[in-house]
Amino acid sequence: MKKKPSLHVTDTNDGFAVTLQGIWVKEAVKTLDHTFNTLTCKANAHYVFDLSGISEFDTYGIMLILHHVKRLEEQQCRVSKIGASESLEKLFIICEQNYPSEKIKPPKENFILAYLENVGKDVFEGYKTLSSFFSFTGELTQHVITSLLNPFTIRLKATLYHIEQSGARALPIILLTSFLIGVVIAYQGAAQLEKFGANIFIVEMVTISAVRELAPLLTAIVIAGRSASAYAAQIGVMKITDEVDAMSSMGFSPWNFLVIPRLFALIISLPLLVFFADIVSILGGMVIASTRLDVSFVEFIDRIKETVPLKHLIIGLVKAPIFGCVIATIGCFRGFQIDSSTESVGKYTTISVVNAIFWVIALDALISVLLTELGL
Amino acid sequence: MKNYVAIEAKDIVTQFGQSVIHDGVNFKIQRGEIFGLLGGSGSGKTTLLREMIMLQRTSGGQMLVLGTDVMKISSKMAQKLRQKWGVLFQFGALFTSLTILENVMIAMQEYTNLPTWLMEEAALMKLSMVGLPPKVATMFPSELSGGMKKRAGLARALALDPKLLFLDEPTSGLDPHSARAFDELILTLRDTLGITVVMVTHDKDTMENVLDRFIILGNKKVVFEGTMELLKQTTDDELKKFLN
Repeated sequence: MKKKPSLHVTDTNDGFAVTLQGIWVKEAVKTLDHTFNTLTCKANAHYVFDLSGISEFDTYGIMLILHHVKRLEEQQCRVSKIGASESLEKLFIICEQNYPSEKIKPPKENFILAYLENVGKDVFEGYKTLSSFFSFTGELTQHVITSLLNPFTIRLKATLYHIEQSGARALPIILLTSFLIGVVIAYQGAAQLEKFGANIFIVEMVTISAVRELAPLLTAIVIAGRSASAYAAQIGVMKITDEVDAMSSMGFSPWNFLVIPRLFALIISLPLLVFFADIVSILGGMVIASTRLDVSFVEFIDRIKETVPLKHLIIGLVKAPIFGCVIATIGCFRGFQIDSSTESVGKYTTISVVNAIFWVIALDALISVLLTELGL
Repeated sequence: MKNYVAIEAKDIVTQFGQSVIHDGVNFKIQRGEIFGLLGGSGSGKTTLLREMIMLQRTSGGQMLVLGTDVMKISSKMAQKLRQKWGVLFQFGALFTSLTILENVMIAMQEYTNLPTWLMEEAALMKLSMVGLPPKVATMFPSELSGGMKKRAGLARALALDPKLLFLDEPTSGLDPHSARAFDELILTLRDTLGITVVMVTHDKDTMENVLDRFIILGNKKVVFEGTMELLKQTTDDELKKFLN
């Protein structure tokens, strides 16, 4: 027999009797609150809360009573309660003891001040990140040099594992994208070259742009998306689970165990991937050249030998390890920035990819301008 | 009340691939009882707890929680059932993107129509009940120590005044004083709100002072069921280990 919760006020000689009945649980609180609000204090009146009619209760019902008791007391009324059952009394006391004395209010913010504060924070944060990145690269360089001087300290198994994960496993997607890029260049070029009857120039167009610029750039971007994120997340999660600390405490340097293998893996595997990408993008161009421009495969290859200098291929392959180095460094650096919250894993993983792709493109532009100015 | 059994496990079988964790586990938990799940490492205590709260499926048998078989429950009923229990995970499992206050309030916001001031007051009260000062309310979980996270996790579990409370090693990682205060708190909650508490624990003091009854899992089955007094009379060497 569940009684509807109710609240009655009766005027007695020396004050008011407030009778509470029924189930005082959280589902009922909202309507009860409205009824309670009609209860205003007559100066110095004495309110007696009769709780004996309450058949069921939870902390929310009690909170509501407490809230209004406090409210009445603030208005200079006297409040007392009678008739509480033993368990109600017990819970009532616990709730009363723990009733929040003050409200938590978020401090009011001045919009302009908050904006300036955020700008300041961002600038300082940027400065801190920059300086820690420098110290990271400095330390990394030092560890690379010691590793190269003592090649036996390089973790060969870990390095090979990362070459497989970041290099070999990326091959299918890189081959596919490179092939399509070859097709795209040739297709767009074919439309223009056909107008001049300069069909054979498709060879230089595809080959040079692919091996010198597009294949290395595309490979690096794919690897940045794949591996920078993976490195950041792996290292970050290891930090959260204290694995990195465990390593250090056992005397295993996280540099040798985590960073160097990843760095070397990308430095080694990127040129290899770029070489595959070169071949496949040229193949893509050849397919279009033979179908659209009647330049046969044999003609295409003969023409490459005659007119395309080897330097373009070499430039492309030299850029690859630089990109690999940048991607691994950024991925690992952002991984170590991840702190104890799960949110930061997502944040820094995203940042690592964005940074890696940006720096790959920026470096590519720089190298491109530099080499052209040098006449290469 | 018609039904005095809160949770009943009938012939629970759990299997991960080839390895069998439970092979015919039976027990009953009465309403208002504080019930312990004990056993050595890898005996499947936490797995059993996870099966009760529908985070994991059993491979066989029946698990009745508040009278409903959680293996054959409709998703609507399951959602209702979930509002009747609170769970404290071993490391608190607070949402890192929310403040402590928001962590405690989130269930209230989703499932009740309470006015915001009351939700805030209630959340602050629950935090105070578990022994956290009001200043932690605006902090984020990453700023708290392990023990404080656990308390905040309990406050979140208690948010909706659950009928059932599941605790996964509630006192592990707490200092002895806080651990006893935690025990006290659980006892008062049970006495006042009539909560049924199911906990995985290793703490001997908790076993002695708080648990009404418990089971010990071992060898894929329940090897002991009963009270501390009963366990003290045992002559089994394996079981005696749990007394020290």
